Amino acid sequence: MAHPHQHRAGRTGWLALVPLAFLAVFFAYPVGAIVARGLVPDGSLELKPLGSVLTDASLRHVLWFTVWQAAASTALTLAIALPGAYVVSRYEFPGRRVVRALVTVPFVLPTVVVGAAFTALLGSGGPLAALGLDQTVWAILLAHVFFNYAVVLRTVGGMWAHLDPRQEEAARMLGASRWRAFREVTLPALRPALAAATAIVFLFTFTSFGVILVLGGPRFATLETEIYRQTAQLLNLDTAAALTIVQMVAVIGLLLVTSRLEGRQSVALRLRRARDTARRPRNARERTVVATNLAVMLAVLGAPLLVMLERALHTPSGYGLDYFRALDSLDDDSVLFVPPVDAIATSLRYAAVATVIAVVVGGCGAFALARRRSGALDTVLALPLGVSAVTVGFGFLIALDEPPLDLRTSWALVPLAQALVAIPFVVRTMTPVLRSIDPRLREAASVLGASPARVWREVDLPIVARAGLTAAGFAFAISLGEFGATLFIVRPDTPTLPVEIFRLLGRPGELNFGAAMAASVVLMAVTALAVLLIERVRVGTVGEF
Amino acid sequence: MLRACGLTVRFGGFTALDGVDLEVDDAEIVSVLGPSGSGKSTLLRAVAGLEPEAQGRVEWNGIDLSRVPPHRREFGLMFQDHALFPHRDVIGNVGFGLRMHRMGRADVDAAARVALARVGLAGFEHRNVSELSGGEQQRVALARALAPEPRLLMLDEPLGALDRALRDDLVGELRALFGELGQAVVFVTHDHDEAFALADRVVVMHTGRVAQVGAPADVWARPADAFVARFLGWNVTRRFGGEQALHPGDLVLGGPDGVRGRVTGRTFRRDHHLVTLVVGDASGDGVEELRVAVPATQAPPEIGDAVTVRAATGAGVVLGGAGER
Amino acid sequence: MKRLLVLVTTLALLAAAALVTGAGAPARAADGDTTVTLVTHDSFAVSKQVLRSFTKRTGIRVKILRAGDAGSALNQMILTKDNPVGDVFFGVDNTFLSRALDADVFEPYAPKALASVPPEYQLDTTGHLTPIDRGDVCINVDKKWFARENLPVPATLSDLIDERYEGTLVVENAATSSPGLAFVLATIARFGEDGWRDYWQDLRDNGVLVVDDWTVAFEGNFSQGGGSGTRPLVVSYASSPPVAVHFSDPQPATSPIGTMLDSCFQQVEFAGVLRGTEHRREARAVVDFMLSKRFQEDIPLQMFVFPVREGSALPPVFEKFAEVAPDPLSLPPAEIGANRDEWIEQWTETVLR
Repeated sequence: MAHPHQHRAGRTGWLALVPLAFLAVFFAYPVGAIVARGLVPDGSLELKPLGSVLTDASLRHVLWFTVWQAAASTALTLAIALPGAYVVSRYEFPGRRVVRALVTVPFVLPTVVVGAAFTALLGSGGPLAALGLDQTVWAILLAHVFFNYAVVLRTVGGMWAHLDPRQEEAARMLGASRWRAFREVTLPALRPALAAATAIVFLFTFTSFGVILVLGGPRFATLETEIYRQTAQLLNLDTAAALTIVQMVAVIGLLLVTSRLEGRQSVALRLRRARDTARRPRNARERTVVATNLAVMLAVLGAPLLVMLERALHTPSGYGLDYFRALDSLDDDSVLFVPPVDAIATSLRYAAVATVIAVVVGGCGAFALARRRSGALDTVLALPLGVSAVTVGFGFLIALDEPPLDLRTSWALVPLAQALVAIPFVVRTMTPVLRSIDPRLREAASVLGASPARVWREVDLPIVARAGLTAAGFAFAISLGEFGATLFIVRPDTPTLPVEIFRLLGRPGELNFGAAMAASVVLMAVTALAVLLIERVRVGTVGEF
Repeated sequence: MLRACGLTVRFGGFTALDGVDLEVDDAEIVSVLGPSGSGKSTLLRAVAGLEPEAQGRVEWNGIDLSRVPPHRREFGLMFQDHALFPHRDVIGNVGFGLRMHRMGRADVDAAARVALARVGLAGFEHRNVSELSGGEQQRVALARALAPEPRLLMLDEPLGALDRALRDDLVGELRALFGELGQAVVFVTHDHDEAFALADRVVVMHTGRVAQVGAPADVWARPADAFVARFLGWNVTRRFGGEQALHPGDLVLGGPDGVRGRVTGRTFRRDHHLVTLVVGDASGDGVEELRVAVPATQAPPEIGDAVTVRAATGAGVVLGGAGER
Repeated sequence: MKRLLVLVTTLALLAAAALVTGAGAPARAADGDTTVTLVTHDSFAVSKQVLRSFTKRTGIRVKILRAGDAGSALNQMILTKDNPVGDVFFGVDNTFLSRALDADVFEPYAPKALASVPPEYQLDTTGHLTPIDRGDVCINVDKKWFARENLPVPATLSDLIDERYEGTLVVENAATSSPGLAFVLATIARFGEDGWRDYWQDLRDNGVLVVDDWTVAFEGNFSQGGGSGTRPLVVSYASSPPVAVHFSDPQPATSPIGTMLDSCFQQVEFAGVLRGTEHRREARAVVDFMLSKRFQEDIPLQMFVFPVREGSALPPVFEKFAEVAPDPLSLPPAEIGANRDEWIEQWTETVLR
């Protein structure tokens, strides 16, 4: 009999080769260079740099602070975002879909923009300056809440929306109080999603870079900023490499924990369709809860952005577009080398190239993963997500600057790094969607007369195309705002916009600050546009982080 | 006509189909009946060409189809869970097969509308398939399979997910529809009422093999072996002389020379009570459960009563004898 | 499907737009001028007229690439040395001298005008780096603030840890700023290897503020810096007093800014031609230009330090208001080179962590 499946197995094989080859060259090789640098700096194994990292008091303090601020940020985010998740997943109110979409915007905003927004909010001249939170750890924590609200909302809220409310009702009929019913029925069902959200937020805040760099000043240092400092300011590449090794080990450990928590379902759940479980608030108490959480969302997520917008428009001569106009020109004694407009163009170009690379490479990986559930391949493809952008940038810096692979003069260096940062997001977005294509659909099409190629075109492609577009939007937003890796490898004469914003924020003066705000608003607008396009194309709720 | 011989499908160490033969005439409706795990869905898929590891021969009008891939066999297959394309609307689904046959757009549209009307869904053309009820989705799946006018139509549990009333309605409609189309049909089911109501010929399957083939009335009146008998609801017992299949209605309670037993359950079935008894004991012939139909006009026994049961004269089918194979 | 087409088209258009705009800056300007990139730190400044006249005279356009603070800028040069970002670098000072020379990022070049530079400033004996300006890094004092608060002006380094002066000092990060580092070296020179860390612990307990570089410290935090600063003591240059007078209108009889001469540490800044430049002749011309009278005499009011060239005329305000330390603190460059990194780490640990 004919064997239509044989071809598929072969195709999966070479599909997986594409991402594997890419990662081998642009990820494994730089990471290997880092490890070599940290452990074998002069040709022989030397544990001293690594040892000194772990014994040096100030570096231990850095490690401790990294963990502490991540834990504090995670706790704070959960405390603020969980009620919001409840409200958005269980209640039906006008504008609910818009809220869900808007809540995602902060997550994909460039870290520098977030830093700028919070500087505008909490720094001198801002509405909350009186709180004295500028340059304190609170600024960092709040910025982290801002970033990660969406993670909790969509991970936990996504699961919550599918839980059958009748189970809680059954518990209450059996004599449990409202809180008891929640604890005994809902919480166990939510536990996997809660654990996953906690792990993800911890991972993101652990590897947070741009926020700490902008809002922390010289006083606060995490592993990431310390790696940067050792490289860019002190030129201690060996120490930086040793620090990177520590960071990679920590993050890979976190990653393993995250993936195990995400995959596990402790209880076989009866899931309902999300739209069936939501209802309108029925009494004053419920309405208050909904309203309060919407207000919190507006305050935490909207205020910084609105303040940033306001300060971009508030020129010394009243409200106007002067700062935006200034983006087009350059003073001779400006701290910038190219006018921000050029940096915008550079950023867009790099992001476009990076998106294409990320979608092609990541798409192949997602295909390979969807066809064959391979735990090993999954882990390999997720690794770049774990080792942070700073590691990628640092690795590129020390590995790709000499033969066999000398890319320093290549303009493709930055897009490659950005693509590498974006690939895990592409894979994570596309794989679940591709996996969810019911093989019976293909069989049905086949029986109805579609040849294998036609089957692919009629069944797979429409779904793949939508997933691909979602992934492309994500990759574009991420690349546009990418800062950690870019900071290491971008040449100062061709900066990207996040780098320019960072430079502007680092200098005093109204004009510099105004220009930073205006540039941030532009970057925010483009990113938000990409995200809103993603939301329209998204295939159902499959493909959450 | 369809002729399949010696179809065998093995998944690793498990044999899903073991040397199964199947013949379907041009305007015949054949039902493949059996419990879950009997291999009936695998049989359909093997005929459709969706099981690449299948061995055996599939012929249509004498032409061997071994090298013909599924999309060129011109067989229609309606899946158990419909497998409607979620990204297309109703008419997009129904017209799919027609598009694959390279008909012009206008023709596709017209033919799809006709198919939809035939299953009673005229007006549903641009509805979203995920918003339809179970019964409506069923009809769309049927229309989609029928629209390209396949030479053989295969249905996997066509009425499986529907409630009783809807099922009864649909059985009548389907029979009329198939008759009208003069279509060769094979459908798979686990429900023998459905099989007997709709089919011209019934194939009973059990653990990958064919247990019995015949016209519904014949199969019903003369089950070929113990499995078929039990599957159709007969009692199978040796207590009344030889291995026999006895309907609940063939057994009578009372009488001095009956087998002794004890009542363990009782269900009211509108025109009779179905009484379950336990007869025998651990030593001797062993313990057995029998089901007896007691006419509603009589007072049925209570649970726990000791009763005797005997076979009505002339009733019962001796197994291992009659019945085509 | 139609929606997908729209989205794909939008993205494609966006990418196309990006590719079309923003071409790379051409190395040759329209009228045949050569453009030389001068890489420097953020605090570099030069008068427009001085630059323009240079361009008119030589046909060389100078593009200034500010690459962060002095330390970071130099590090960038080191990290990109096989493929340099610019042609000339200005901003290596005596504290970073050894790092620059060890990394071999400069080409040897000795301008003829070196003959006019006093030998005590020619700290690079290998002929790669040319001294351009000198200054003493000292603590600047806002005299008006102390008068207002009725506090005596602190006169020595030891005064700074007095609790009367809590929260009055702003310093720059030694890891990123050359005046910042110079000040730390001053404390090492004063208090020795055994005592300087305790001194800094006391400073920290007394509320010292650390910022990234001089511009942020002076313009952003110093109460006489022209911005909205609130601290009356800042690590800056001995030349700030005359500059403050210069920018006041009307000019006061005395400068509002004073200098704590006890804290001064000598600093010399150098420039050099970057190895691998494609415009060697023009790059050398720029270095020559930086040692020329016009540039040297422009330095005081632009960068608030002194020219190295003998015979350079100082602005009248400098003549009148400059305070020069008779005996500034210093450390041998070799000792600085050998211990700098460790000292920076120790300082970071004591003050920032």
